[in-house]
Amino acid sequence: MSTIALHDEHNHDHADHGHHKETLISKYIFSMDHKMIAKQFLITGIIMAVIAMGLSILFRIQLAWPDQNFPFLETFLGKWAEGGRIKPDFYLALVTIHGTIMVFFVLTAGLSGTFSNLLIPLQIGARDMASPFLNMLSYWFFFMACVIMMSSFFIQTGPASGGWTVYPPLSVVAKAMPGSGLGMTLWLVSMVLFVASSLMGGINYVSTILNMRTKGMDLWKMPLTIWAFFLTAILGILSFPVLVAGVVLMVFDRSFGTSFYLSDIVMGTDILPNEGGSPILWQHLFWFLGHPEVYIVIMPALGISSEVISVNARKPIFGYHAMVYSLIGITVLSFIVWGHHMFVTGMNPLLGGVFMITTLIIAVPSAVKTFNYLATLWRGNIRFTPAMLFAIGLVSFFISGGLTGIFLGNASLDINLHDTYFVVAHFHLVMGSAAIFGMLAGVYHWFPKMFGRMMNAKLGYLHFWLTFIAAYLVFFPLHFLGLDGVPRRYYAFTEFEFMKKWLTVNVFVTWAAIMAALAQVAFLFNFFYSIFKGKVSPQNPWESNTLEWTAPVEHLHGNWPGEIPTVYRWPYDYSKPGHDVDFIPQTVPFSQTMSSNLPHDFEGNAEAEKIQQDWELANPVVENKG
Amino acid sequence: MSLRKFITNKTTAALAVLITVFANTSVFAQDAAAGAAAAPKVDMGEVYKSVIFYILVFLAVCLFIAIIGKAIKVYELSREAQGKPVGINWNGVHASLFALFLVIGLYGVYWEYTVHGSMLLPDAASEHGKKIDEMFNLTLIITTIVFVVTHILLFGFSYIYKYSAKRKAYYYPHNNTIEKIWTIVPALVLTVLVLMGFLTWRSIFFKVEDPNNKPLQIEVTSEQFKWSIRYPGADGIVGNKNYKLTTATNTLGIDFKDINSRDDEMADEMVLPVGKSVKLILTSKDVIHSFYMPHFRVQLNTVPGMRTIFEFTPTKTTAEMQQETNDPNFKYLFLCAKICGSGHWNMQKVVRVVSEAEYKNWIAEQKTYLNDDLRKQFNLPVAPAPVKSVADSAATDSAAVKTNQMALNK
Repeated sequence: MSTIALHDEHNHDHADHGHHKETLISKYIFSMDHKMIAKQFLITGIIMAVIAMGLSILFRIQLAWPDQNFPFLETFLGKWAEGGRIKPDFYLALVTIHGTIMVFFVLTAGLSGTFSNLLIPLQIGARDMASPFLNMLSYWFFFMACVIMMSSFFIQTGPASGGWTVYPPLSVVAKAMPGSGLGMTLWLVSMVLFVASSLMGGINYVSTILNMRTKGMDLWKMPLTIWAFFLTAILGILSFPVLVAGVVLMVFDRSFGTSFYLSDIVMGTDILPNEGGSPILWQHLFWFLGHPEVYIVIMPALGISSEVISVNARKPIFGYHAMVYSLIGITVLSFIVWGHHMFVTGMNPLLGGVFMITTLIIAVPSAVKTFNYLATLWRGNIRFTPAMLFAIGLVSFFISGGLTGIFLGNASLDINLHDTYFVVAHFHLVMGSAAIFGMLAGVYHWFPKMFGRMMNAKLGYLHFWLTFIAAYLVFFPLHFLGLDGVPRRYYAFTEFEFMKKWLTVNVFVTWAAIMAALAQVAFLFNFFYSIFKGKVSPQNPWESNTLEWTAPVEHLHGNWPGEIPTVYRWPYDYSKPGHDVDFIPQTVPFSQTMSSNLPHDFEGNAEAEKIQQDWELANPVVENKG
Repeated sequence: MSLRKFITNKTTAALAVLITVFANTSVFAQDAAAGAAAAPKVDMGEVYKSVIFYILVFLAVCLFIAIIGKAIKVYELSREAQGKPVGINWNGVHASLFALFLVIGLYGVYWEYTVHGSMLLPDAASEHGKKIDEMFNLTLIITTIVFVVTHILLFGFSYIYKYSAKRKAYYYPHNNTIEKIWTIVPALVLTVLVLMGFLTWRSIFFKVEDPNNKPLQIEVTSEQFKWSIRYPGADGIVGNKNYKLTTATNTLGIDFKDINSRDDEMADEMVLPVGKSVKLILTSKDVIHSFYMPHFRVQLNTVPGMRTIFEFTPTKTTAEMQQETNDPNFKYLFLCAKICGSGHWNMQKVVRVVSEAEYKNWIAEQKTYLNDDLRKQFNLPVAPAPVKSVADSAATDSAAVKTNQMALNK
């Protein structure tokens, strides 16, 4: 009852809103409309992604040609690339900021922020988020976090450079490296703002999903996207505060002389006064967020791909309940696997054994999801829209990256693979490729919903094939460097005899990375061009069942002009036998689809089953139909 | 038809232009290559370094793509104008591309496994390393099978079930039996891997010490950006350290009041007797580093304020390994695998595994950490009988002694 009451209230609100005059600032900048905020998150995310990708090209150039000078680098980077060569300290800064931006700003805020904001109200049938104001704050905290992170490129000592995991004491002791000075302070400030943003977003998503679903939208009728965003938000709410706690302790250690993470440290001959702390404590706090974080990154991508695959294979997603339960399984398990990042950090080996068990268990729900995707494609009628291409790419990367995770999750194997290029290859396949592909699939799929226009499909095809091939060319060979014992975050491979044989591979990988980066130009052009000049989108361009396609193409505050549509069925009635078209939107009641109803549809409602039986007796099935 | 011809002409023209461009550049490249050998002609090196060159190449490619795009559009519009079905069956194109990708991709994987796969570390040179290698191979076999099968299914289905207006997809929302099977089978396989991994892990880190055959203790201390190795000396025990004792002369902060540390020896390289168990005691002075010996499958972080311990037994001497790898310059080494600052990429030391006899000869030649300066600082009698006197007295300035004593008094 309460939900219905809420909706009514909102209706009135909406009527009032209609008379407000929207200014440029209230519409485009301090907007409280979830659709606009989603666009803000997306465009900021894309800009950050381009920056982070540019950084990666810079350090790939260094890895491929460690002995050559590139004068243009000095032009852009000044003293950090004197004589056209990137300095080791700056190399580490590049690696660090690339990781931080990609993981947090692109794949957390850019992915969850965009699609949770856009889709949650539209797919569950709500006028807006539970708290539009909090939603706006969430974006602006994120924006500030981005600005502060980027500002660290403009200070004397350079950005934080202790790796994106900022392990102390390296990141705490300013003498350890230049990046641990002001750059690290900015990193920490940025991260606090970012976490605040994530929490505001997450709380909003959870409360919206729990309280503001339209009539008929029970939890088991929600699209898998919503399930994924819901569980992701819960993960974020429970794990991000731990990071903030860790960050605050680090601020204390850095600025107020406490010793949470420091003990027994001698820099050269300079004996530091800190006693009694442990650097391992940070690793526990960090990875207690850090591991759920990688699921925060991948789960929305999996949700998006579930939806996209189902729509474009014109088939219900196989094992909807299993998909939800595996997401729940991943959510729960992801809290007890963080120790697999610490097998060789000196953590008690007994714990290593325990974390290995939990880590390999988490592979089971992941495997279930993969098989369900394959079963969804089986006997489908697959339309290769750009979104579908990216979703299939995601499944491929998720398999490849997931399988290498089985090596790393095994503590014994991790001894020799830890901190090598094998790890780099692994998480770039699952996060850097699979999650990014999920995000791109979402952009192509919901672009018409966001901007009311279509993206150019052919440029999308080009973008997909170049990126897909290039991503494999970049990351597949890197596994072998790791198996040869080449550690990550090395500035150059020139000082080790055994690494020299990989120099040519590095050149190859760099060219592939440049190809991948250039392929994104096709996307960027397509994206920004189509915002203004794309073909106007039809009401339901992909012939999809979910609620968002019933909302008018022209955006309006409150999403639906009249009453919010009521939901009668699950979102995956594609190609249902007996129905004349191959999709039945959620808003179509069973009374209008008597020819295709199945006993299962009525969830044990005896009266409805009776009506259906009577109808079937009156209308015997004609063969060849459907 | 004429329109189509026109298009093909246009594309061929564009192609021709591009081919000339590429041909020219490759000719230049050949020139440059030839120039290195013969008389210097045009030095293209600068051109290849200039950003403008690449921007121009990129713009040319963009132009080419735009021309193709326009050509496709014109073609499709002309088909539409003629009332024929859509010009290009993109679903078919992508389905075929996926099939092609599958075939080429699988060959690529095979190529990677055989070519890059043969460039990897040689077989483990330690006892526990063999177990790790076995586990690795088992995991590799299982994952490769899953990888290949799932990819064949993924791209195979994409190829077979491409869109057709005549067909309707098969409405198949779930099948509990199948879902149970593919939950339980991975669970079982993973149980096997977990059990094996757990047992291997336990055998590496939980060793029962044999009192008659105590492992050789070696302490390794990391700092930015070097390693220090400490051998235990005659007593077989590495003595205590206290970071507060660190000075310019006592860089590791060894506590020489502890009798065990007085005979501790320093070494420039790590020399290990083959077949003897080695207990590595790992510590760090400043930040976290990681002690990584890839050939022995040994890695453990070195953490300031904490001792981490790794025990292993080398099984092949350096000479044997040189034969096995067919590389007379082969050397074992250890390096740093945890980001630790600007010198992270070059923190290495050589490891030599030798016979017991060679080891004894070598260890007899190593100097102790305790020298006359340190004796004075720790108020120990100078130069007792057996220790070789260390000529190095450069650092004996009184300032150093003072700071040392201050450190001691703390």
